[in-house]
Amino acid sequence: MRNRPAAIPRTRTSAFRPPPRRGLRGLVLAAVGLLTVLVTAAPAGATTQECTPGAENGCIGGTLRTSAGEPAVGVALEATGPGETAETTSGDDGRWSISVSEPGDWTVTLDEATLPDGETLRDPAANPRTVTVTLGSTSAALFPLGEPAPAAPADEPTSDVDAGGDAAPGAGGDEPGLDTAVPGSASGGGFTWARFAQQATAGLVFGTLLALASVGLSLIFGTTGLSNFSHGELVTLGGISAYVFTQVVGLPLVVSAVLAVVVGGAAGLLQDVGIWRPLRRRRIGLTQQLIVTIGLAITMQYLYQFFLGGNSLRIVRTNPSTVNLGSVFITQQSLWSLLIGVVVLGGVSYFLIATRTGRATRAVSDNPALAAASGIDVDRIIRLVWVAGAALAALGGVLMGLYLNATAWNMGTTLLLLMFAAVTLGGLGTAFGALAGSIVIGLVVELSNLVIPSDMRYAGALVILILVLLLRPQGILGRAERVG
Amino acid sequence: MDWERILTNVAGEVFAPTTAAYALAAIGLNIHFGLTGLLNFGQAGFMLLGAYGFAISTIAGYPVWAAVLVALACSAIFALILGIPTLKLRGDYLAIVTIAAAEIVRIIGRSTALTDVTGASSGLRGDSYKETFTALSPFGDGSTTLGPFTYSNSSSNSWWIRVVGWVLVAIACVLVWRLLNSPWGRVLKGIREDEDAVRSLGKNVYSYKMQALVLGGAIGSLAGIVYVLPRAVQPDSMGRPMTFWVWTILLLGGAATVFGPVLGSMVFWAALMLIKTVGREVIPTTVMSSAQIEQFGQIVVGVTLMLLVIFRPQGMLGDKKELAINVR
Amino acid sequence: MSAETTALAGVEHRPGAPKPDPILVADGVVRRFGGMTAVDVDHLEVQRGAITALIGPNGAGKTTLFNLLTGFDQPQEGRWSFEGRSLGGVSAARVSRSGMVRTFQLTKALSRMTVMENMRLGARDQPGENILAALVPPVWRSRERAITGKAEHLLERFKLLDKKDDFAGSLSGGQRKLLEMARALMSDPTMVMLDEPMAGVNPALTQSLLGHIQSLRDEGTTVLFVEHDMHMVRHISDWVAVMAEGRLVAEGPPTTVMADPAVVDAYLGAHHDTDLGDDSLLDDEYTHQLEAEERAEDERKDHR
Repeated sequence: MRNRPAAIPRTRTSAFRPPPRRGLRGLVLAAVGLLTVLVTAAPAGATTQECTPGAENGCIGGTLRTSAGEPAVGVALEATGPGETAETTSGDDGRWSISVSEPGDWTVTLDEATLPDGETLRDPAANPRTVTVTLGSTSAALFPLGEPAPAAPADEPTSDVDAGGDAAPGAGGDEPGLDTAVPGSASGGGFTWARFAQQATAGLVFGTLLALASVGLSLIFGTTGLSNFSHGELVTLGGISAYVFTQVVGLPLVVSAVLAVVVGGAAGLLQDVGIWRPLRRRRIGLTQQLIVTIGLAITMQYLYQFFLGGNSLRIVRTNPSTVNLGSVFITQQSLWSLLIGVVVLGGVSYFLIATRTGRATRAVSDNPALAAASGIDVDRIIRLVWVAGAALAALGGVLMGLYLNATAWNMGTTLLLLMFAAVTLGGLGTAFGALAGSIVIGLVVELSNLVIPSDMRYAGALVILILVLLLRPQGILGRAERVG
Repeated sequence: MDWERILTNVAGEVFAPTTAAYALAAIGLNIHFGLTGLLNFGQAGFMLLGAYGFAISTIAGYPVWAAVLVALACSAIFALILGIPTLKLRGDYLAIVTIAAAEIVRIIGRSTALTDVTGASSGLRGDSYKETFTALSPFGDGSTTLGPFTYSNSSSNSWWIRVVGWVLVAIACVLVWRLLNSPWGRVLKGIREDEDAVRSLGKNVYSYKMQALVLGGAIGSLAGIVYVLPRAVQPDSMGRPMTFWVWTILLLGGAATVFGPVLGSMVFWAALMLIKTVGREVIPTTVMSSAQIEQFGQIVVGVTLMLLVIFRPQGMLGDKKELAINVR
Repeated sequence: MSAETTALAGVEHRPGAPKPDPILVADGVVRRFGGMTAVDVDHLEVQRGAITALIGPNGAGKTTLFNLLTGFDQPQEGRWSFEGRSLGGVSAARVSRSGMVRTFQLTKALSRMTVMENMRLGARDQPGENILAALVPPVWRSRERAITGKAEHLLERFKLLDKKDDFAGSLSGGQRKLLEMARALMSDPTMVMLDEPMAGVNPALTQSLLGHIQSLRDEGTTVLFVEHDMHMVRHISDWVAVMAEGRLVAEGPPTTVMADPAVVDAYLGAHHDTDLGDDSLLDDEYTHQLEAEERAEDERKDHR
């Protein structure tokens, strides 16, 4: 129980020493913010026969590797598109690329008979696959080799392959939908006030949605002392339930969203009744419970994948229309998400401040033993917190799915550490701290785009998390000392 | 059903390089958690740093021994940076800090800004750094068949990497056994039980925790090297799931035991392989696709972890009375 | 009576009185939690080789003072020295190594280690506690044998020898107290600080525990202890210091200090209708005290 903030904070960066020349180049590029250049720049050691995209043509390409990571040489590929067919074979380094002159959807087929001995496609269902080609850029068509295992994170399909560019849809691996550009979040370009306003708006929206997801995490910690590493999966549950209700069942969006929230609340109830209350009864230690949440997180993630696959899921198929607020673009979906988020958070605040049950909740969160002694039914409050926290997380998931334009089995787990950052920043266990912390984290994530590469923006938030734990473990809103 | 093939696959998994790598990583985590009670949820970060340190310095032209030293140094520095401020924090804070730090390493590693160094999300190709290691092999070219197992002698997924991996595991086991039964290990166990008591007896608790963190992290970085030698360095394959698997392996085998991590890793990977191969043979693809069988395996992992922690926290080899869980 | 009582014979009966041969001297030690001042001790000297009792009503700050003196908590102000060496800002481990070893109110027996391992952990100068030396058993084996011998000797004295291979967690509360004290003695401390050594000990063991404490003193070890059992205080202590509301309010030999008006006031303020030394009160009071101090302790840790 020692949380004496101590020592000098150190900015956490990777500790290895890259070869200086190349590293410097990378850093300089990053600093200048030439992200677009980086994105399209070929990786080190780019080879000869590569297609160069220009005004007249686009490229489809990739690199084939055997399951052991060696280049797969001489594999035949064929691309069929609008009125045109092109063929190629992979080179000595496993690379291949095809130049095409028509934009649109192209179908790329890999001839499995030409694969090296003993190699198979990891996902035979993804051959042939369709890629969208735009002129002047490279589209990746990825054919991972190895044991059939498409979506396990330990073997990301994308990761075996050097895509010729970064145009692979959802190439974010662990972070689908979250590495891709957030609507309204500009990346690239230097600092301008317009960009600042744009990013700040995006941060505000993101922070509000994060707050919805985090309130439950914070209250659960406050009332039970549990660091719930499976809270992200409740967020995901909201997102994918909304997807199922709109796209599979075919209900209207609003109905789907409400149903998703109900599903989330039910999941919270089920968890408390089925898992956490029995564990509390058995007096299982908090460390053990923490590891149980990790097991539960793994289980839920793969259940989602089992039923819905590993790809991004779009809750709404239509492209979002944007609204102009001065120089700031914002999608209609984001605007609605923000509005709903603010209203709901307002409601939660009212509940916590003005209602009897809400005050009881805060009392339990403050000091469970004392609350129990003063006649509050702690178990009932904890169940309420689980239900409400899970429902809010689910709502956060629905809105986040709309805001990011897609959801996926791992949306929540990607957000989990940001939620922990927000909750810790605000002071573990306090509901209002979680709100404030979430807004700050949202702003940090989006505004850090202005100074660091956008694919590192989560790292910024995590650095803040660590610094807060070191310097002020009680959070920005927590009190340093209390009269005993 | 082809049982011979299935059993061969499963048996092959028992001594695969990946199994050795995870056993090593779990041995490192055992020093953190089993012996000292530190909640390190960033073991994959140590492994990734080890892998980067080894691969990048090899690509820069370092010989094997120097590249391994670089990897060890990376993990030691990482442990120091993590440990100096956090070892005084509460246990679950350390958990959040370590998991976040490991994520930071991964996010930076996969960033396009460092493409020239780390290869960004596609990582570093195996053949770009495994030459020097392969060259050390005394087994020469070609491949060898031992019983039902045929692997190349020296390159990639070879007998050579298997020998090296398991020799490392054996050395690590001897090390842990020696330390566990020494006065040093006794102090660590005391810290796991109640660090204030140990402090009152005049031991510098902070220094011992730091030693444990560095030692376990260094073993983790060796695990990272063994893990990437037969494949490539890919940051996304060395994220949180990897850490959680290492935890499952440790708890499965038994924390605070010498052979628990090794047995845990063997059983874990053999069981996963069994589920996958049997699933593919038995379940028609209309019911479960091969992808879904893979996911089913992961669901089993998650459920196993939950059940283990609740009903048998001492794992297969642990002593119920001396189980290492429930530290603060 | 012992020689120490004679040595203390000429000492004034007032708080902060100077002693002929002080081993521990504290000056202006102040510890505040938020707005509350838990400890505010102007001056305190503890006589070498004597048994000094620290008493006081609930929340008087006794355990907090213990924590401060032993490096487990840091005061806002003040300085103190042990055997002439300043201990301000010194870590708990160093305080212990300098020869002042403490026990805890809530016993900290390491329950999932055996009694013998607990004892060995208390020893000093074991080269095998260095990570590199640990790998080479010949370096530490002989020292380990010596430590084990000493531990067996102490365990025999504390009647725990037949339990030496049991897990400490399986011992009774009283036995754990004994183990903790025996463990503290493994390092041959010049001064032991016992935080409520009698709490929870069954009456059958009380007498032998008292005997142990007295023989410690007779062997030249200084003892400072916090206690609520007034009978024990009267029975074995050479000198008594009384705290109330964080301050030192009285000092004197056990026979006279109870009559000090400041002490009566202090206790009257807390329990106005009870008589000091009434056992029924003390049992009850002990429970309250334990709870209160536990809470204070938790608060302290939570808000560190």
